[in-house]
Amino acid sequence: MTNGAAGRIEITDLGMVFGRDGRTVEAVRRFTLMTTPGEFVALLGPSGCGKTTVLNAVAGFVPPTVGRVVVDGESVAQPGADRGMVFQQHSLFPWKTVLGNVEFGLKMRGVGKKERKSQAHAYLNLVGLTGFEHAYPGELSGGMQQRVGIARALVNRPRVLLMDEPFGALDAQTRLTMQELLLGVWREVRTTVLFVTHDIDEALFLADRVAVMTGRPGQIRDLVEVKLARPRAAEIITSPAFMALKARVLAQVREESARTLSRPRP
Amino acid sequence: MATAPKVGIAPFVGATAAQVATQALLRLEGWRRPALRVLSIGFFFAAWHVATTWDMDFYVRFQNIPTPAEVLEEAVVLFGSAGFYVHILASLERIWLGFAIATTLGVGLGLLIGWFRFAEDTLFPPIELFRPIPAVAWVPLSIMLWPTERSSIVFITTLGAFFPIVLNTIHGVEGIDRQLVRAATSLGAGRLAIFREVVIPGALPSIVTGLSVGMGVSWICLISAEMISGQFGVGYFTWVAYGIVKYSQIVVGMLVIGVLGMLSSALIRLVGARCMPWLPRRMKDGT
Repeated sequence: MTNGAAGRIEITDLGMVFGRDGRTVEAVRRFTLMTTPGEFVALLGPSGCGKTTVLNAVAGFVPPTVGRVVVDGESVAQPGADRGMVFQQHSLFPWKTVLGNVEFGLKMRGVGKKERKSQAHAYLNLVGLTGFEHAYPGELSGGMQQRVGIARALVNRPRVLLMDEPFGALDAQTRLTMQELLLGVWREVRTTVLFVTHDIDEALFLADRVAVMTGRPGQIRDLVEVKLARPRAAEIITSPAFMALKARVLAQVREESARTLSRPRP
Repeated sequence: MATAPKVGIAPFVGATAAQVATQALLRLEGWRRPALRVLSIGFFFAAWHVATTWDMDFYVRFQNIPTPAEVLEEAVVLFGSAGFYVHILASLERIWLGFAIATTLGVGLGLLIGWFRFAEDTLFPPIELFRPIPAVAWVPLSIMLWPTERSSIVFITTLGAFFPIVLNTIHGVEGIDRQLVRAATSLGAGRLAIFREVVIPGALPSIVTGLSVGMGVSWICLISAEMISGQFGVGYFTWVAYGIVKYSQIVVGMLVIGVLGMLSSALIRLVGARCMPWLPRRMKDGT
């Protein structure tokens, strides 16, 4: 289960501008962020601040208007299996079984049936879904679906794992379980993670560094180092160190939210 | 199990009796809906019987309408003769051919039009233009266009099934969640793989709906075409029966059409359910 490569993401002066209804919307402005291989970085900000846009640029779904996105020295031009993506929800292929979903990336690479199956089993085991291979996504709970999504992305051994509010649609209890599960998985599969969320606790609990973003156009306002010991358990969110970090981040996020709200919508 | 015996053996016997009664009720519950359905058809035949044997006349006139018994008698005679099967086989052959051609063209073109903008711009406008013309209106032109009666009727049948199939296929492709396409590309899928792994299965529920509707329309077109221009087929048979004053045969013809139509729709549903094991049952049933 060892992953060979963990990627280095270099986002330099990224600007993203969209045309919408004849008007242009500047979603992201002069966004610069570097990650070290194997690092867990969270992008935190109010809704509509462009954090998902940054993620989409790294995934290669949307080309940058200005600036550069480079992963391991290669400029990102299009989506690829080296950058695994976990979406918020409803991204599993409903017509494929759990196994079929997890095998998908391997199938695209032309890996043989037997090999595909054994690798998919290994990753399903990693996310605790052994025994659900032949279920369809529609038969699973939201949390289980996201676990399939994580296994499906990881089976490709991506250098970077991009996660777009993957637990945002789950209930609070399930979300906590999933966060712990993700940290467990990440301990096994040391890939670089870029994790988008608007949940402060989630960002601080999971990440090595938290990039707090401004309201639109999104920029980095603060880069918070989370020097909490790993492995982390859920109880850590009540520790004084965590609280201090939370207070610092909360003040900034509230300020940005207020700024966003007081402005007319574009 | 729930009622613990308090005294002697009597409660035990009582519990067993209650259990038996519950079981019986449950069994009855399972049979209730099928029974109602059979009853509803039975009621229809009873009403038909009463209306025709009493020669009822209340604006709608039943004097010339054959009774269920007469129709049954006629059906026995007809199904005993080889001649009737020639008509049934002729109709089935045309339906099968027409529907197969319409499915191939409709699904193929629908996938292309739905997915590729160039195909939409070049192939869709004529489809929109011809769609409002009922297939039956094509009968005169079809007789001139096609060399044989068989081919012209198959053409009409194809036409009838084609439009619902192509439109539902386009609709299905356009309704595919873009996020699934993104997910596929981020897992390394190329253009062809996306078409095969995402577009086709994603459109399948809508395609099956189109096939189901198309099958119904193609029966309508087949029977109309046979009545107008045929020399064989159940539609032709039914129309001729009117001309030669064999009223019971009309009804037999109609019932045969009804049963064949029902069976072909059931076949589509069955195949559809087989192809889409991921859908919950209630979604498979309805269109």
